[in-house]
Amino acid sequence: MSEATPDGAILSASRVSKSFGEIPVLFSIDFDVRPGEVHAIIGENGAGKSTLIKILSGFEQPTSGSIIYDGDRAVLPPNGEAEARGIVLIHQELNLAEHLSVTDSIFLGRELHRYGLLDLKTMRERARAILDRLDVRVDPDARISSLSVADKQMVEIAKAINRDARVLIMDEPTAVLSVAETKTLFEQIRRLTEQGVAIVFISHKLDEIMALANRVTVLRDGQLIATMNTSALTPDSIAQMMVGRELSNLYPPKKEPDVDAPVVLSVRGLSAPGISNVSFDLRGGEILGFAGLIGSGRTAVAEAVVGLVVPEEGEISLNGQPVAFSDVRESLAAGLAYMTKDRKGRGLLLNMGLEPNLTLATLPKHRRGGFLTASSEHQALERAVRRFDIRARDPSVGVGQLSGGNQQKLLLAKCMESDPDIVIMDEPTRGIDVGTKQQIYHIIAALAAEGKSVIVISSEMQEVIGLSHRVLVMREGRMAGLLEGAEINEAEIMRYAAGVKQGEVS
Amino acid sequence: MSLASAGTDRLRGMRIDLKTAGPLVALILLCVLGYSLNPLFLAEGNVSNLLTRSAFIGIIAVGATFVITAGGIDLSVGSMAAFIAGMMIIVMNWAVESMGVSVGTVLLGIGCSLILGIGAGFINGFLTTKGKIEAFIVTLGTMGIYRSLITYFANGGTLSLDSDARQIYRPIYYDSLLGIPIPVWVFIVVALIGWVLMNRTAFGRYCMAIGSSEHVARYSAIKVDRVRTITYILQGLCVSLATIIYVPRLGSASSATGVLWELEAIAAVIIGGTVLKGGYGRIGGTVIGALILTAIGNILNLTEIISNYLNGAVQGVIIIAAVYLQRGSFRAGRKKTPAQ
Repeated sequence: MSEATPDGAILSASRVSKSFGEIPVLFSIDFDVRPGEVHAIIGENGAGKSTLIKILSGFEQPTSGSIIYDGDRAVLPPNGEAEARGIVLIHQELNLAEHLSVTDSIFLGRELHRYGLLDLKTMRERARAILDRLDVRVDPDARISSLSVADKQMVEIAKAINRDARVLIMDEPTAVLSVAETKTLFEQIRRLTEQGVAIVFISHKLDEIMALANRVTVLRDGQLIATMNTSALTPDSIAQMMVGRELSNLYPPKKEPDVDAPVVLSVRGLSAPGISNVSFDLRGGEILGFAGLIGSGRTAVAEAVVGLVVPEEGEISLNGQPVAFSDVRESLAAGLAYMTKDRKGRGLLLNMGLEPNLTLATLPKHRRGGFLTASSEHQALERAVRRFDIRARDPSVGVGQLSGGNQQKLLLAKCMESDPDIVIMDEPTRGIDVGTKQQIYHIIAALAAEGKSVIVISSEMQEVIGLSHRVLVMREGRMAGLLEGAEINEAEIMRYAAGVKQGEVS
Repeated sequence: MSLASAGTDRLRGMRIDLKTAGPLVALILLCVLGYSLNPLFLAEGNVSNLLTRSAFIGIIAVGATFVITAGGIDLSVGSMAAFIAGMMIIVMNWAVESMGVSVGTVLLGIGCSLILGIGAGFINGFLTTKGKIEAFIVTLGTMGIYRSLITYFANGGTLSLDSDARQIYRPIYYDSLLGIPIPVWVFIVVALIGWVLMNRTAFGRYCMAIGSSEHVARYSAIKVDRVRTITYILQGLCVSLATIIYVPRLGSASSATGVLWELEAIAAVIIGGTVLKGGYGRIGGTVIGALILTAIGNILNLTEIISNYLNGAVQGVIIIAAVYLQRGSFRAGRKKTPAQ
């Protein structure tokens, strides 16, 4: 079954191992990709995916083993030579200078000159040609900062094409894309493979891999588990290989909340920048899902409710009492917590350790006579590590070095430190592995079972469907529909989210 | 946590120790150098003089540590000190004329200094937070304003304190308590309070959080504007305290008072290991940084090898070297980071 023969491969790794100091992260991996194919790499966080692609693109050197490119053993130094030879890595956090224009970005580092000056005209024309070829409607003169994430990704791809990429390596390109944007990206990828480009693709989303990849390589704990043709696999079998155990109950069973549970949060006619006239109720012990495309205003609703943004209009009441928060501190004190989707930019202080991050929002709890007590903070961390299964080699090391899954669990722990009655979780499982997702789903379900109320904002439809008692679908800043019971299915949500169907609630 | 590997822990621990101890090691080397060049360097009179001199910059730098840790900068402190000194002298002279000389005259001057310092700090803080203007620009502006105001009030010359009032005020700079000059006591107390504030209170933690990421701070229920404004008020208070012990030294103020103090204060902070971009502050380091800067000038005064006129150049080299070393250790840290 395994495809060990690198026949016709353009880039391959042979028995590659890698250790950081004394810690081994990859054990004797064989990997190859052929022109015109999409080869997906999948594995839990920490399985070694990122390290493998960094070795393939020259950013890291293997401790042992070799890289064969174009039939020759190759040493790819981390100075961009790999890119010059046609191996381009598109990072998960896109590497674009926000203030440059699209043309500038595409030609960055390989500017065209004429008489010693920049040849702006030709560069703009070529950029336009590449964008047209990709069928991307982006103005070559637009600033990067004005583009959506999806368009930025297209610019990265255009940049790769301009470098005559023969191997394109993409690290979780769809993590921040909506369903429609993902579809466009896949069209581009198929177009590139038709032209003979080899694609290496990391994703956590099994359905995407089934739809796009020709072959799949599964890594677990730095070991190569298997490389197989996608046609021989099912999402379940991939997931099983990834975690090495059955994942029968990814979503915990739903426990219906009491019908006569009191309404704990009620929002009426809420308008704020990006949203207008949003109304909903949240009951005790309920999980309310917020579905919709990226940019449909779900985050804006959450931020207006907790006081990060001042609403323009509308009423919010908590346990029947009208409230108007102008500050997160007030909403937190009232038992309402918001967990941001941007864990790196807004959730955690990446250069600080676990403890200061965990207690940052609730420091007053750890004060005695005006001074912080280290022991109290320490106990809080011990509790959180146990409750949320946070794994860190050294709790004092900057949390930026933790894996995405552990960062997310820490963020969740931080959010729960204030012991809120209502939690709004924005993309609680973005970019983390299946095993950790499952843990987080069980934590969410347990919270609801305790009688807490949870709002789950998610772009992963399966997640909203698997967790929520009711689902509110948003579109272009308005409520498109509210689904209950059997109505909660993918097709129905999509109809509202894409505007095919307009709900009675508006 | 359960996966702790002793080997890497030890390595990491040593790196951090070297980094935090770096400024202290530099100060000790400097003292050894000073003593070997001229044994008078460690004579009691010189040490006490050195500590007293370092108190001005040191006290201001403790305030600057908070501003910089919270991601701000205050360029106005030197001019602010000159302005406050001038206003104190004007108020005290006026009090002498209208009410005669008493201890109350000096107390009035001190009160005036505290109010002006806190007020000036509040203005800087308010303009950067509520006015949403870059701290660099705001304090560059106030720096020019205070400097030109003192020049104006002194009519281009020097404001001198009434000699009788100066007799009463003198001990605050020249007297000692338990063998330690009063300015040094003030420095010690300010540094201790600063250390506790930075390391043992929520306020210090908030400063570091805001300096590392304002977004994260805001999403973590921290009143960012208020904390930022308080750092500038603390800075103003520190300038005011430094000015209170500075005025009796010469009993005068002019447009040349406190010139470049802002840069010396910032330099002391950075030499001490606080990160200029914010997010990490060390009061202990700042104290050592202020001592290092003063010691350089003092050693040059005591020896003939390098001209005293090159004081600024030597300080400049030390500042750049200190920041380079910080950067170096940061890069090494990043390289060791295992991906995934």
